Amino acid sequence: MNIFITTREGDTQTAALAAQGTLMEAIRDFGFDELMALCGGCCSCATCHVYSDDAFADKVPPIGEDEADMLGSSEHRRPNSRLSCQIVLSKALDGLRVTIAPED
Amino acid sequence: MKRADIVIVGAGHGGAQAAAALRQRKFEGSILMIGEEPEMPYERPPLSKDYLSGEKAFERILIRPAGFWVDHRVEMAMGGKVVAVDPEARTVELEDGGTIGYRELVWAAGGHPRKLSCTGHSLTGVHSVRTRADVDRMMGELDDTTRVVVIGGGYIGLEAAAVLSKLGKSVTVLEAQERVLARVAGVALSRFYEAEHRAHSVDLRLGVAVECIEGDSRVTGVRLGDGTVLPAEMVIVGIGIVPAVEPLLAAGAEGGNGVAVDEHCRTSLPHVFAIGDCALHANAFAEGLQIRLESVQNANDMATIVAKAITGDPEAYHSVPWFWSNQYDLRLQTIGLSIGHDEEVLRGDPRARSFSVVYLRQGRVIALDCVNATKDYVQGKALVAGRLQMAAEQLADATAPLKSLLPVRATDH
Repeated sequence: MNIFITTREGDTQTAALAAQGTLMEAIRDFGFDELMALCGGCCSCATCHVYSDDAFADKVPPIGEDEADMLGSSEHRRPNSRLSCQIVLSKALDGLRVTIAPED
Repeated sequence: MKRADIVIVGAGHGGAQAAAALRQRKFEGSILMIGEEPEMPYERPPLSKDYLSGEKAFERILIRPAGFWVDHRVEMAMGGKVVAVDPEARTVELEDGGTIGYRELVWAAGGHPRKLSCTGHSLTGVHSVRTRADVDRMMGELDDTTRVVVIGGGYIGLEAAAVLSKLGKSVTVLEAQERVLARVAGVALSRFYEAEHRAHSVDLRLGVAVECIEGDSRVTGVRLGDGTVLPAEMVIVGIGIVPAVEPLLAAGAEGGNGVAVDEHCRTSLPHVFAIGDCALHANAFAEGLQIRLESVQNANDMATIVAKAITGDPEAYHSVPWFWSNQYDLRLQTIGLSIGHDEEVLRGDPRARSFSVVYLRQGRVIALDCVNATKDYVQGKALVAGRLQMAAEQLADATAPLKSLLPVRATDH
């Protein structure tokens, strides 16, 4: 599957990857150094914040309560904000476009 | 002699972030990272959580994929131990005799697990939880283990106890103090976690002294001060770390329990920075006390401070400390430092397994421990950052969101 990742500078790259793990791991493993993901993906920080493409709004897993609360700490929160560690990749997300949110 | 512009000693969270942040800030010089362990930088917190439980394979806890370091021109010297620093010549000496020259040295060596001093402390089957190798050894023995004794009721010990009891082991936790987490949290949180572990069939014993570890070559049990022997196939020792700063202190750096650093993470030796678990610093969130903070937040944020200093954009370290611990289905999130609190306010009902403890010092909020209460954690940060004066009754009302307690123009004061 492919996902399209846009960096904070606005560069978009295509990551071809297996439908496993989380979106955070995919972005990190693809080599982007902007995503800190300090807590390693256990929804305890908000340093893997991304904006998820609205076209996939009904395909990405729904936002959890803890995730929503953590996102509340970001000054850059938007309606399509997600913590990428909480999005488990599946084939349904093939073609997903995400943008890495600014650092808080 | 080998040389690098920046030599980073230590390949944990601090070392890795120092290198990554330097490159992010367009630093073009050479960077060499020396790590004692053979692995590329990996996350330590999962070692006592999802790595130990088998939920996450090692590849998933790498801080960056191996190719990242190649792409970012960070030379990795794994399996090397620095035994001496010469601040005049600006060199570090390795255990194998090699010498490496530096322009700036970033000491991010963390610490080594504190060992028991009693007899039997090095028997096979006695483990610490600091490195992947430690945990791999433990995991390799789990099939032949039914009884585990954990010595030390801090976060590492309790997290390991939670994982092992979930794996069906019979777990005993021994704590020398009269409560668990005594060094890092207030009484209410200690009592809550004690009850949780007991509810999960952990035999938790407080105020007990360990006399020795019994066994010939392998551990067979733990003998307590009162003569009781607890049979066990595995013993886990989680009694803190000893900061790895000997070479710096021997070279004349100021310090003691860690190496002393200023607000830019500079040690008293020229061109030598220190960050993370081993850095003794005056923390604004601990009333300016000289402390060491053992956390990912501290390692990471100090690393960024060093990268900024080296790239000519110095900034003082002033991050609000945060921390987390996962045990069973409980997510603890801590903001601030509770040391020195003179009042603790319970917010919500621990029996509901979702509550917070707010710590005050002279009427001002200094920290929150939030258990399955992410909203409080997120909203409490402003209270801690501003060290806001709050009445206990206001804080105790869990129906009022913490952000509603913020003064409208808090930033003006």
